[in-house]
Amino acid sequence: MTHTRKALALLVGLLLLAANSTAQNVTPERILNAAREPQNWLTYGGGYASNRYTPLKQITPQNVKNLEHQWVLQGQVLGAWQSTPLVVDGIMYVTERPNDVLALDAKTGRAFWVYRYNNSADQRVCCGANNRGLAIHGDTLFMGTLDAHLVAIDAKNGQPIWNTTVADSKLAYSITMAPLVIKDKVIVGVGGGEYGIRGFIAAYDVHTGKEAWKFYTIPAPGEPGSETWQGDDWVHGGASVWVTGSYDAELNLTYWGVGNPGPDWNSAQRPGDNLYSDSVVALDADTGKLKWHFQFTPNDNYDYDSVQVPVLADLTWQGKPTKAMLWANRNGFFYVLDRVTGKFLLGLPFAKVNWASGLDKNGRPIQTPQPVGAPTWPGNQGGTNWYTPSWSPRTQLFYFSAWEGYSSIYRHEEQQWEIGRNFSGGGHKVVTPVPDAPGIGIGRRTPVNNWTDVVGHGTVIAMDPQTGQRRWAFEQYDVTDSGMLTTATDLLFTGGREGYFYALDARTGKQLWRAALGGQIVNGAVSYEIDGRQYIAIISGNDLVAFALRQ
Amino acid sequence: MIRITFVLAAFATFASTPAGAQLLNQDHGQYSRADIEAGQRLYGPQCQVCHGATGDGVAGIDLRLGKFRRVTSDEDIARIVTSGIPGVGMPPFKFQTAELTSIVAFIRAGFDPASAAVRVGNPDRGRALFAGKAECASCHRVNGRGPRLAPDLSDIGAIRTLAALQRAVLEPNESLLPIHRPVRIVTKGGETIRGRRLNEDTFTVQLIDDKERLRSLTKADLKQYTVETTAAMPSVKGKLTDDELADLIAYLTSLKGL
Repeated sequence: MTHTRKALALLVGLLLLAANSTAQNVTPERILNAAREPQNWLTYGGGYASNRYTPLKQITPQNVKNLEHQWVLQGQVLGAWQSTPLVVDGIMYVTERPNDVLALDAKTGRAFWVYRYNNSADQRVCCGANNRGLAIHGDTLFMGTLDAHLVAIDAKNGQPIWNTTVADSKLAYSITMAPLVIKDKVIVGVGGGEYGIRGFIAAYDVHTGKEAWKFYTIPAPGEPGSETWQGDDWVHGGASVWVTGSYDAELNLTYWGVGNPGPDWNSAQRPGDNLYSDSVVALDADTGKLKWHFQFTPNDNYDYDSVQVPVLADLTWQGKPTKAMLWANRNGFFYVLDRVTGKFLLGLPFAKVNWASGLDKNGRPIQTPQPVGAPTWPGNQGGTNWYTPSWSPRTQLFYFSAWEGYSSIYRHEEQQWEIGRNFSGGGHKVVTPVPDAPGIGIGRRTPVNNWTDVVGHGTVIAMDPQTGQRRWAFEQYDVTDSGMLTTATDLLFTGGREGYFYALDARTGKQLWRAALGGQIVNGAVSYEIDGRQYIAIISGNDLVAFALRQ
Repeated sequence: MIRITFVLAAFATFASTPAGAQLLNQDHGQYSRADIEAGQRLYGPQCQVCHGATGDGVAGIDLRLGKFRRVTSDEDIARIVTSGIPGVGMPPFKFQTAELTSIVAFIRAGFDPASAAVRVGNPDRGRALFAGKAECASCHRVNGRGPRLAPDLSDIGAIRTLAALQRAVLEPNESLLPIHRPVRIVTKGGETIRGRRLNEDTFTVQLIDDKERLRSLTKADLKQYTVETTAAMPSVKGKLTDDELADLIAYLTSLKGL
């Protein structure tokens, strides 16, 4: 390339950038190349690899102490606020409980519009009126609803454009995840794993809402995998999908984590491996056809959902460039898979595990059920859970929130399935040092930590995927459900239930800065840039807070 | 009185289905107070036993709030009253044209003789007027089509009464919500921005500009900031006939959103 041509290319590039900054038309190409526009946050996971890494460099380990809050948006609805905002050319789109959408000026936090979706009265969810965010295509936002609809919303004025029934909420189907847009389709999965649903992932035309394909996470009789179920267990076998998937455009494969089989805690009632519960499935993005699957926890007896976000990382594995997938599972094991074939490359426990003695050469757990009344490690909420991890291509480390020192005692009971009713097959109790002491719940209930660290605590683990060993760990007193964000300056932003928001050195785990925001942090931070200024936004309790360097 | 009512109702029930259901002409797209009051006198003995004193006695229908299962226009209501609906308990009534008109007037007045009863014409003709002669579609957006310069009307029939809809198209300036007022801005950088206001506070203003971009501006950065009290929208007065006005209202009230 000559200098003139280079200059011309640069100019065209700049013009395109300038056009983009006002056009707000989020094409599939823009999402595919999200890393080229680090000023935006275009998908739930910050790009199709879902590695929540920003190339922005303004905030550094040296100046991070100068972060100060720029604005706060007060949530209007109490309860765990699990949403990840999208940021498109200076405008932030964020969901609030139960299914409200707000468009904000990302620089000031002031609202342009609010959309409120009215859920039907029969909607039913196990664990709160949660929503984790949106997807965008063109000028259209997409949101799944608690009553299992998928709604397309005009990003400019907050008006609904179409509303498709994904599943019947009377049968306790729901949607809590942020959808994923791939090309001209928007993809969602359904929740309801505690109610005897039959899970699926489905794609819809972004323009019309018409179903394009549907992949059932439980095969029907006669289909491959159906031999892992008996009788009519498959009809109400759960295998929900409630966290967003990832996408490899070169392979045209989209990857999704699948939830627990039902009834949750009584595997004896559903003999077999129960595919594709507790698995990752790799689907053709155009047809929804299964390319491969890998099951983490066959015949799960503990509610070890595998709804973690599939994080795609390009590694050098044993000397060879490898398209890998990194996965810290609720079952307490960390896995490295080959995402082309689904081949198991590595798997080791990252926390105390006693439900299995280890993994065989194919990654299948050697299960060691504990005696009745004895603790099982990790406990019901898992070694980790849906909390969004991060992979930094710079540090080559994988970061996630883990629960340690935490176990549960399970009850496994026979249960009849009834439409729309809880179908958990028993129960569990967090192990406490004395009877009736407070345990750890799904969310933090009180500002007094009266359960203390003796029933468990949270740790940020920096995992080296080459060895399956932690490079460093950052320990917190209470447990944490917080997601991760890494930066091109090797910062790691995360939080916890105690309401602290941290900037850690991503290479060492050293704490460089923290803000006491007060409310539990149950999402992952996002980063964006407006007018040359880098922002970090995080939700703590009922506050959405945006930080930038003091000017 | 009660005896007479019973006889009348019984007669109406067994009457054969009349061919047409005419309504009397009304002034300026509204029914007269006399009509509304006459309708009130008829409603009690004729309709209330099923539809209730507040008009919501039949599931899925609220006559007072204009919520129906099968009808949109005034003619639709007149036809149903005249013909009945076989199999669902709605008998045919044999009313004079003036009586029929008064029943419709009472329903359209929201059961309130002191309020205005707006005529509701044919929504299909109204849709054509919206896009054509009335020129609404050149600024307003409905169900994902049209510009976003003026407020989106996809659900306007669910959030505005008939009287408010009619007032809005006849007297836009009297109906323009303050938040929707057009703004004209000149920034210190020299950029002129025109748009519709979406939100404002002491230090900032949010708007959608005439290129349909969402903009948030800091007031300290502005040289000039004017909020206009005149709507950009022209009145349809003198432009539409009374029948056309009723048709346009019929279309607007049919827009119930998703």
